[in-house]
Order: sequence, then structure tokens, then C-alpha cells
Amino acid sequence: MPLSKTEWLALEKKAHELRNLCLDTTYWAGSGHIGGGMSVMDMMTVLYHKYLNIKVEDPNWEDRDRFILSKGHSGIAFAPVLVDKGFNDPEQLKTFNLSNSKMGIHLDANKVVGVDASTGSLGHGLSIALGTALAARVLGKDYKTYCILGDGECDEGSNWEAAMAIAHYNATNVISFVDRNKCMIDGRTEDVMKLEPFADKWRAFGFIVKEVDGHNISELCDAIDFALNDPEKPVMIIANTVKGEGIDFMADDYHWHYGAIDEAKYNQAKASLEKYYAQRVARAEKEGV
Amino acid sequence: MAGGISYTALESTELSTAEIYGQTLVELGKEHPEIVGLTADLGGSTKIGAFGKVFPDRFFNVGIAEQNMFGIAAGMAKAGLVPFLSTFSVFASLRSADQLHTDICYQNVNAKIIATHSGTSFGQAGSTHHVICDLAVVRSMPNITLICPADGVETAEAVMAAYENPGPYYIRINRGFDRVLYGKDYPREYKFEVGKAIEVNPGTDITVIACGSCVFQAYQAAKFLENADGLKVRVLDMHTIKPIDKEAIIKAVQDTRRIITVEDHNVIGGLGSAVAEVMAEAGKGCAFTRLGIQDEFAPIGLHEDIMSNLGIDCNGIINAVREAMNKDFEEDDNWDDEV
Repeated sequence: MPLSKTEWLALEKKAHELRNLCLDTTYWAGSGHIGGGMSVMDMMTVLYHKYLNIKVEDPNWEDRDRFILSKGHSGIAFAPVLVDKGFNDPEQLKTFNLSNSKMGIHLDANKVVGVDASTGSLGHGLSIALGTALAARVLGKDYKTYCILGDGECDEGSNWEAAMAIAHYNATNVISFVDRNKCMIDGRTEDVMKLEPFADKWRAFGFIVKEVDGHNISELCDAIDFALNDPEKPVMIIANTVKGEGIDFMADDYHWHYGAIDEAKYNQAKASLEKYYAQRVARAEKEGV
Repeated sequence: MAGGISYTALESTELSTAEIYGQTLVELGKEHPEIVGLTADLGGSTKIGAFGKVFPDRFFNVGIAEQNMFGIAAGMAKAGLVPFLSTFSVFASLRSADQLHTDICYQNVNAKIIATHSGTSFGQAGSTHHVICDLAVVRSMPNITLICPADGVETAEAVMAAYENPGPYYIRINRGFDRVLYGKDYPREYKFEVGKAIEVNPGTDITVIACGSCVFQAYQAAKFLENADGLKVRVLDMHTIKPIDKEAIIKAVQDTRRIITVEDHNVIGGLGSAVAEVMAEAGKGCAFTRLGIQDEFAPIGLHEDIMSNLGIDCNGIINAVREAMNKDFEEDDNWDDEV
């Protein structure tokens, strides 16, 4: 069922709120992985506000859908999503990265409510996602496992072990994403370690690849709907994104993999997010039905 | 003599330690449908394949991809299954160390690693397949229980204990046929409890603390030394390397004042180090010798030949005991002047 304009606009509003909360959290913490947080936020918004079958009042509900943020350094985006959803006390965001906080850069599943796996060491999440998916098969459950990888993360060979196994077990109950923002800490992905032809690699490993604009809510929803509609093979959604999306002085600059935000930058970023939101709403108004 | 599954397994035929593990897991699998098995193309070698034959829908051979196997197991455990993973110890502890550390131990999931071909037991395969540092690596990871059983009987007990107790377990067993210690000829009552050393032989002159296949060797050495030298050698089977039985170690120091550790592992970081830590913190002085691999890569050969070469077999232990007995110690009970 295509995304209605009303729903699209509601998701835009939520994504805007969450981008702001991610920026706030970075400001409170003094610094953070805001670039990748901004690139992944639309995916997480769509998952947490349209698709994931979860219960805030019962975070460990055994039939819940799972979400594994394999690019664990986007905890600066994930924590606001979970707090906003109601899993954790909002005050915790103000302690992000501070000594003795429950929330560090990489969220600890045993400390932050709603986190299904402690990630951060890259190349782990897809295997864990396959594990929860195979467990669903053994236990006769129909929950889905969603997993978001970073593109730089795909340099890790363990991802390709997991990819091979997901295809081997035809684990279509794993729905995978790559946040393809084309940047990593030391530079652009194609300069540091070439990934292209990236989609072909996933296809060769046995996936149906859906390449979408990772900042287009409608395209993201279409791809997820496809993945949920009994595909022949596991689906990899390559979400083409922009690192630091929505904040003009960060966008597409790999130096903003991790950065510090002072008051001036914070105010500049806030203003930029407002302008960006207006553009997003305009697009939804124009393209939505 | 152990009862239950281990007894049945041992009596059924002449089985290797790993075969006993495989049978034990099959028996556990019959009772507990949440148990699943995983291997990385070593179902036959590690004997977890026996579980796969009985429960094909609960068995996952992920190919030669240990990192992926550990991640999958973590996910399975988080979803309520109890995964048992088997590959060679050298890969379980090193190739997938990051996943063991982060996915299994940090998340404190209920996954059980049964690592085979430990120490130098896959002797002819050489140092790529010997594991001389897994005790050191795994011991330093929080949350995990680390067991090195003496023989097949104890392996069955350890595997059952791993199922019964929540949290990560790493059980280190050998390739091939271990000498059976806790068989029909074992003269004492056998009771396995995680974290409690077993006094295999009583003694007051010196204590040999051993783990794995070295326990049998230490027991043989103790019997020989009693007959030949009239020595009363206490032998402790320190099957649980972590949490280690501090009480048994300190009691041994106080009672015998001479300690020898024996392990099929580098002397750095393994049983000897663990025992030394306990003794040092207790402030008790004694003669102390660590037998094991002396921080070198072991030679190629049959396991028994390598053990002999390293001095961790019966003869090596006899020699070490005699040497330690030549060291003088004060006879008084005043410990204050030694701290």
C-alpha cells in the first residue's frame, strides 16, 4: 500500500524532530558521530514509526521485531530515537558520552532499553541479525530482523561471511540496509577502499538489491514493503544518503564523521535543519498522493 | 564415578573426549528443544555433527566462517535459544576473538563454546592448529566461565553444567583419545562442580595443580612418587580456570608449601598464571614451578611426544617434583616473617 501524503508528512515531521534531538544530544555531549547520525535518521524514523512491531511497555517482548544497528557509532542517532519512542528517560540524553552515563557512543544493550544488540565493533551486526532470524525459524516465530550497516563498515570481511550465510539460508526475514553516505573516518569510501560496484557485490552474494534515495521517505517505504512481501531472495536496501544531511556546513563532508558542536555551530545547524525541513515538506506535498 | 549421561556415554564404547561431548549434547538436545548447534565446517572433527544428525533443523554449519558463527550464536541466544558452538580452539579463541569478546561476553549471552583440538593435541598439524594462548585470551574476558576438563567423563559433566548455568561458557577439550582418569579404576568418589577443584590424590608434601590432559599425567606421577620416593603428592584437577578455586590453592600452599602447575598451554596467562595471581595476592610464600609451554611454539608430533618434549607428561612432572622437593623451607608455622 503506497504511503499516503498524510503519513509521509507525519514521518517527515518525526524525522525532523529526531534530527533536532540528535543535534541537541551532540551539543549536550560536546561532540559526537553526528555525520552518520544524520545520514541514517530517515531509515530509523521509518522503521521505528511505521514498521517495527515493538512494545514500549514490554521492550523484551519475545515476538517483537528486532533492530540491529550494525554501524553502532550512530548511537548518537539511535539514542534519541529510543528516548523519543519512550524506552528511556529523556534526561539520559543530556548525559550522553559523559562519565557514568548509561549511554556511551556505542549503545550497550544491557544498559539502554530497546537496544537489541551491543554493536560498535564493525562487521558484527549482520551476523547477529542472521542469528535472531534463524532463531525465529527454529522457534516458529514470524518476527522480522532489520539491520543497518554503514558503507565503510562493509570493508570488514565478516559482513560478507554473513551475507553468504543469509543467502544460503534464504533468510528473507532479515531486511538489510546500507547507509551509503560514501564517507568514512579517513576519507571517501572510494578513496580509502573502493566499494563499487557495490550493488553488484550484494547481488553476487545472493541478494535482491533495492537502491533508493535514503532521504526519501516514500522510496524507503516502497523498498521495505517489497522486502516484506515474500521476496524470492533476501533483500538489501542500499540507501544512498549524505553524511551530515540537513546541516549545510556538514553535508557530504567526511570530516564530520565525528565532530564537536559549540553554541555558534549549534545555532547554525538548527537554522539549517529548519530550512531543510521546509524543503522536505515541500517535496512530500508535491510528490505525495 | 559419574552418573547420568556421562556414565552412559563412557560405558557405551571406547569413545574419544569429543565423541563423548557429541553424545552428551545429543542427550541434552532431546530434553531441551531450545538447544541449537553451530559449527564452521568442523562438524565431523569436533563431533558436534552427532547433534546435527539427530536434529538437522537445529544445526547450522556456517562454512569456514568463525566470526559469522559467533555473531549468529549471539543473535540466537538473544532470541532465547541456547547455542552450542564447536570449532578448533585456536579459531574459537583467536579467529573470532572479537566476536567472542563483544557479541558473546560483553552482551553476556547464553552461548556455549565447546572448543576442541586444544593445546598441542592436534600435534602433527603444527602451530597453526595448536592453541597455546586460549586460556590467557578467554580468561581475561569478563562474564565467561572457562573450563578445561581432564577427560571425557569430566567433559560430559562440564557440558551439562554449561547448559544448566546461564551465561557464556568456553570448554576446552582435546582431539582424540584422552587417557580416562575418572573411569572404573578411579578410587574416589567423583563429583564435578564448576569452580571447585577436585583432589584427585591426597598429599601433604607438595601439590601439583593441573588441568586438561595433564591431570592424568599428574596422577600417574603422584602414584609413582609415592612408591618410589615415599612422597605424598597432592594432585588438584583445576578443571575450572575461571572462576578459579582460590580456596583450594591457598589451602595447598599452606598445607604443602610447594606448588607445581601443569598445563598444555603457554605458561604465560594460563593455569600457572592464574594460580600465581591467587598465591601472590594471598601473600603466601612457597616454592613454585610452572610446567607448560615455555613461551615458544611447540614442535610438531604426536600429542604424547609433544607432552614429553615439553615436560608436561608423567616423567616431566616427576622430575619437577623431585627438584621442588630439594628446595628448603622453614618448618615453623609463622607466616608473618614471610609476607
